[in-house]
Amino acid sequence: MTDVMIEARDLTKHYGPITALKNATFQVNRGEVVGFLGPNGAGKTTTMKILTCFIAPSEGTARIGGADIFDDPIAVREAIGYLPESTPLYTDMLVLEYLEFVGKMRGLRGAGLQARLRKVAEETSVGDVIGRSIGELSKGYRQRVGLAQALIHEPPVLILDEPMSGLDPNQAAEIRELIREIGRERTIILSTHNLAEVRVTCGRVLIISQGQLVADDTPDELAARAGKPRFVATLRQNGHSASDIREAFSSIGDAQSVKEQTGAAAGEVIVELVPKGNQDLRADIFQAAVSANLVLLGLEQRGENLEDIFRQLTTGGGAPS
Amino acid sequence: MNHILTIGGRQFRSYFNGPVAYIVICIVMLTLGFFFWNTFFLYGRASSREMFRWLGLILVFALPALTMGLLAEEKRTGTIDLLITMPVTEAQVILGKFLGVLGLYAVLLVLTVAYPISVSTLGHLDWGPVWSGYLGLFLQGSAVLAIGLMASSWTDNQLIALFVALTLSVFFWVLDKFLALLPTNAASVLEWLSFDYHFQSMARGVVDLRDVLFFFSVTVFALALAFRALESRRWS
Repeated sequence: MTDVMIEARDLTKHYGPITALKNATFQVNRGEVVGFLGPNGAGKTTTMKILTCFIAPSEGTARIGGADIFDDPIAVREAIGYLPESTPLYTDMLVLEYLEFVGKMRGLRGAGLQARLRKVAEETSVGDVIGRSIGELSKGYRQRVGLAQALIHEPPVLILDEPMSGLDPNQAAEIRELIREIGRERTIILSTHNLAEVRVTCGRVLIISQGQLVADDTPDELAARAGKPRFVATLRQNGHSASDIREAFSSIGDAQSVKEQTGAAAGEVIVELVPKGNQDLRADIFQAAVSANLVLLGLEQRGENLEDIFRQLTTGGGAPS
Repeated sequence: MNHILTIGGRQFRSYFNGPVAYIVICIVMLTLGFFFWNTFFLYGRASSREMFRWLGLILVFALPALTMGLLAEEKRTGTIDLLITMPVTEAQVILGKFLGVLGLYAVLLVLTVAYPISVSTLGHLDWGPVWSGYLGLFLQGSAVLAIGLMASSWTDNQLIALFVALTLSVFFWVLDKFLALLPTNAASVLEWLSFDYHFQSMARGVVDLRDVLFFFSVTVFALALAFRALESRRWS
């Protein structure tokens, strides 16, 4: 059995004159949770629709669990649990009716179906709304029902298109936790444009921009690629001039640059220090402030975060050095 | 086959979750009652001819209301994405949808049996033409429903689907109504293409294989086009 669960090769999709996706090639291994990141219209949904055999690529192909999307679309669909964008469900049906319908469509019957229904209802905590009409449910519960239908046949691969959009922070946190739970045993691709989400849930990030893959890395690696950490100290001015204060920190051996930052409140000075390597300068900064008799009001470490990288990669800036 | 039945069953039940099925059933029964009893005592004959004459026409107008949402609504709300990405083929989706609405139509037909039954209590009713008439209604209805499903597969707007389906079914129904104005050759072709021509002959008690095949062909043709439309989504 192969460990590559999703293998996309040179996926290209044209909609008339528009190229929605261009030569996307990537692999996802068993047990990975991969975040698919990009601005709206970058090609995330197109890629997911191709992987689920809803649409065919103009060029290239993909294999899910070894089955080709052109040669064996039924096997591909059997291997996938899919939650499309905005969770389209039959709002006139009861939750139980709906999950039964999906279970039957997935080939489950009788006692097997009942057992799976109980299991997914428990996993996704939809038990207390099982007899309600889907149309009456809150967005958070609908999302759970959407996940429940995607899980009912225990698919090895889950494809979730913006599973957390439109949820309030509490609901989003619950769904995130749920996805993490599910992701222990399954391969998951989820698309999002929420970066904090990716950091928490995904082991790997694919960033797509204007139909092209521009990054494929772990969130931490991506952040590291973006540059060194910076240390930002806020000090009380207390009669010292800004250049005196800067001077006081220039004695720190590991500091590559010390510069003053704008935006300080009256009577305060903000200084930014960049280390030569990856050293932690916080202790040095404290010591330097004490020996120069400066009052340290605040000290924080800032990495260039995923947001910055995302912006750089998706606005045509190319990979950060 | 299981998938077709599951899709059809869901479709059938969902009609009763909303108002459409009830509205259509009420309108059909009420208009039929009005037109039928209006003239029944005038003719003073225990015959099913009048009933079929009206029912054939009423259904041509009413059935597109049942099919308009079949695919259009699923496309509008996006539920089609989930349906198609289950392990089913497009053909199974089309046949399942068709079966679901055909089931509802069968229920509607069964309800109208109240009319021949009440006629038979008033006089001697020949049941032969009644059964062949119902067969004709079922076949004509299948064709109208298939055309409606086809129209629904072309758009994500229910009203457009309704309009297209109505236009096409009324067109095929009305074809043999203006024959006197046309040259004989053209007239016989149009007559042969007309729904009502084939249906009325069955309502008279004549089950001709050609009439059966006519409706069957129209049904299959329309379903095939619906299948094409649904499948073309993949390659657009």
